[in-house]
Amino acid sequence: MTGADVLLLALGAVAVGSGALVVLTDHLVRAGLYLVVCLGAVAGLYLVLAAELVAWVQVLIYVGAVVVLLLFAVMLTRAPIGRSEDLNRPAWPAAIIGGGAGVGLAVLLADAYRWVEVAQGPPGTAELIGEAVFRTWVLPFEVLSILLLSALVGAIVVSRGQR
Amino acid sequence: MDPTLQTFENDVWWIALIKVLGVFVLLLLLTLFTINYERKVVARMAVRPGPNQVGPKGWLQSLTDGLKLPFKEEIIPRTADKVIYFIAPVISATCAFTAFAVIPFGPVVSIFGQQTALQVTDVPVSVLVVLACSSLGIYGVVLAGWASGSTYPLLGGLRSSAQMISYEVAMGLSIVAVFMMSGSMSTSEIVAAQGDGREVSLFGLDFTAPGWYAVLLAPSFVIYAISAVGETNRAPFDLPEAESELVGGFHTEYSSFKFALFFLAEYINMITVSALCTTLFLGGWHATWPITLWSGANTGWWPMLWFLAKVLLCLFVFIWLRATLPRMRYDQFMRFGWKVLIPVNLVWILLLATVRVLQTSDLEAQTRFTLIGAAVLVVVLVAVLWPSGKKAAPAPSLAEQIAARPQGSFPLPPLDLQVPPSPRVARQVAERQPADVSSDRSEV
Repeated sequence: MTGADVLLLALGAVAVGSGALVVLTDHLVRAGLYLVVCLGAVAGLYLVLAAELVAWVQVLIYVGAVVVLLLFAVMLTRAPIGRSEDLNRPAWPAAIIGGGAGVGLAVLLADAYRWVEVAQGPPGTAELIGEAVFRTWVLPFEVLSILLLSALVGAIVVSRGQR
Repeated sequence: MDPTLQTFENDVWWIALIKVLGVFVLLLLLTLFTINYERKVVARMAVRPGPNQVGPKGWLQSLTDGLKLPFKEEIIPRTADKVIYFIAPVISATCAFTAFAVIPFGPVVSIFGQQTALQVTDVPVSVLVVLACSSLGIYGVVLAGWASGSTYPLLGGLRSSAQMISYEVAMGLSIVAVFMMSGSMSTSEIVAAQGDGREVSLFGLDFTAPGWYAVLLAPSFVIYAISAVGETNRAPFDLPEAESELVGGFHTEYSSFKFALFFLAEYINMITVSALCTTLFLGGWHATWPITLWSGANTGWWPMLWFLAKVLLCLFVFIWLRATLPRMRYDQFMRFGWKVLIPVNLVWILLLATVRVLQTSDLEAQTRFTLIGAAVLVVVLVAVLWPSGKKAAPAPSLAEQIAARPQGSFPLPPLDLQVPPSPRVARQVAERQPADVSSDRSEV
């Protein structure tokens, strides 16, 4: 176990733990804050794996913009301080689906890789990522951006209402 | 000597510690100075003396204010969410300090026999680190507004987070042009890329024009300057703290040391965007033309002086704006950010990318001109054939507007309402009429 392994395990534990707290807590705004911790831990994972660009973009976009917007929407509609008792639905369907998906993925990945050592790639510089995204994976990238664009347009159409 | 990324890996731990401490102290001193600087400059522009009692010419005013604040009574609202109420100012101040770690102050110097660069650290994507820190700083504001458990802070927090997110987009896009020109995201390399100016001969006078991106990428510089003012919530974009509407904004319920932390964070943010502006657009710590005639201008500790001078100049512009411009309205401000700054920025980036590709690719002159001509043709065709907006429908009459109101609207008075004169007015009119005395008498 090297230092990097320990860091990876610790950050993974933080990410999973705070992810569980997101769905378990009764405090609406604190759930958003646990999401921040979770995404921050994932950014830390990227940093340990020497993918600096991805890590900081994760912080910039997900932590700094997406969750802020989530909190923003929560506060625009209702901003309860303290517990929100009315939010809790029966937990067992979510527990079955979430637990099943988690265990299934874990089994799948553990079975696929066993104890194979994967050599660490080169550090994720902007050049390498640009090369990968705009050369090798350009089609999925463009399809994804069209999907996002249509979601954006759809959101505007839905929110405008009938005219 | 210009630092490279390798320089920072060779730093000994105590050198790093000294540099961190140095930046911390420098930021505190700069904050104290900036508060006084702002008050004095604004006062001078408003033709009044400004603070002039404490210390020599009033220059210790902000220090005494800062010492006074932590000793004031701490009031926490009963409805507050205590934990988050406590964490919010800490987040704000921490993010503000952290962003400064990647700002370069100068070249490689010798500290206690160790060769080290005047910059705490640098990473290949350090400009993104600054942006990430400033976007994390939004949490301090939005959580402070929410955790106070009070209406005005909540509204102020919402406003400021919306504003900071919007203007951060414009700010990030304006920096993209710098990345494209310098080919790097590391602050020290961007400064180095601006170092070599071009020889210009103008009216028989030979001098070296600054390779500053403020000149080369003027549109980006203007957009950065505007969005930096919006990002730091400063006048004329200080809507989150609009005293006339929101009392004090997100920190209305904060007092004592926690308020001091917010105050500190606001000023450090101002200094950070000024320092980033200096680094990205104004040549960083490199001296400019008249000074470069002296060959030792860019060596040793001197560059720190040029850097601080440029930062103070940027801060002066901030203060100047505050003293000059009235506050914008919220909808004007948002429309300006989303419908002007961002589209202009995108078009400019596209244009610049095209120029860069044409410059670097080895095309023949004919192909190049054909491409440029085709692009111009497309733009002209789009401009000519752009569907001119339909003629605006005639404005609906008043009766139509009233009929179109949804159910449950407030009742309106009838449009043809004739207001009867009030009884008092009628009586006053009657009293002023002269009584017809003679006819009364004759009847009796």
